[in-house]
Amino acid sequence: MDLGLSHFVAVSAVLFTIGVVGIFVNRKNIIVILMAIELILLSVNINLIAFSVFNGDITGQIFAMLVLTVAAAEAAVGLAILVVYFRNRGDIAVENVDLMKG
Amino acid sequence: MVIAARNPVHSVLFLILAFFTSAGLLVLIGAEFLAMLLVVVYVGAVAVLFLFVVMMLDVDFVELKQGFLSYLPFGLLVGAVFLAEIVLASFAGLENHVSTFDASPGAETNAEAIGQVMYTQYMLLFQLAGIVLLISMIGAIVLTLRHRPGTKRQSIAHQTARRRSDAFDLKDPSSGQGI
Repeated sequence: MDLGLSHFVAVSAVLFTIGVVGIFVNRKNIIVILMAIELILLSVNINLIAFSVFNGDITGQIFAMLVLTVAAAEAAVGLAILVVYFRNRGDIAVENVDLMKG
Repeated sequence: MVIAARNPVHSVLFLILAFFTSAGLLVLIGAEFLAMLLVVVYVGAVAVLFLFVVMMLDVDFVELKQGFLSYLPFGLLVGAVFLAEIVLASFAGLENHVSTFDASPGAETNAEAIGQVMYTQYMLLFQLAGIVLLISMIGAIVLTLRHRPGTKRQSIAHQTARRRSDAFDLKDPSSGQGI
């Protein structure tokens, strides 16, 4: 079977859907929400790289690297905020975040 | 499995599995550099960071799992809508696409092809990525650093401002008497 662009698009679509569903079903667990965001970014990366490779244009891979950078930075800052929030509150219940009681 | 595992540590491990699998897929089409970058950055840094945080914050995860089933139908509905949308949008134009691939146009290896354009044509973007990483590093440190009031810290200014006259006091007691 030939490895085609559509296979990669399919994998990426499935990963993206898993990420979106994960955000919806784990509404109380912010760590899993962050992981779901990582999954979504991974699917975007797969899409970018697949289209770049199958079009013979290297720009998509450069862009995927930038997405990777932003994903790493976002994970670092998100987890730092989570740690500070846990120190202040003692739990990480997402539905109480809007109380703004520092 | 990342989103459905009961234990978040298992979720992180499944996330690492997903990253490894994607890296393998990228190797298959010849994008080796990005695949190795995926392994190094995601598996080596991001996933380990997640693992640290999951294990550091010992939260009652059973309680956080409440309401999973009540949100499940809505989540699946949204997921189905998204998936159908993506499939309809992307596969409509993909059928007549060529299926030859070239991961490194104009160069021997994939890393060479990336390096040829990244340090010339996309120099500004490259530096911008560095700045983003720097800012996120500073932000993470500033957020999580805290000064405990009780601990003793080194005061370098105080140390270097100390003079000999502050530390020593020469006495000349005469013999047979104390100070």
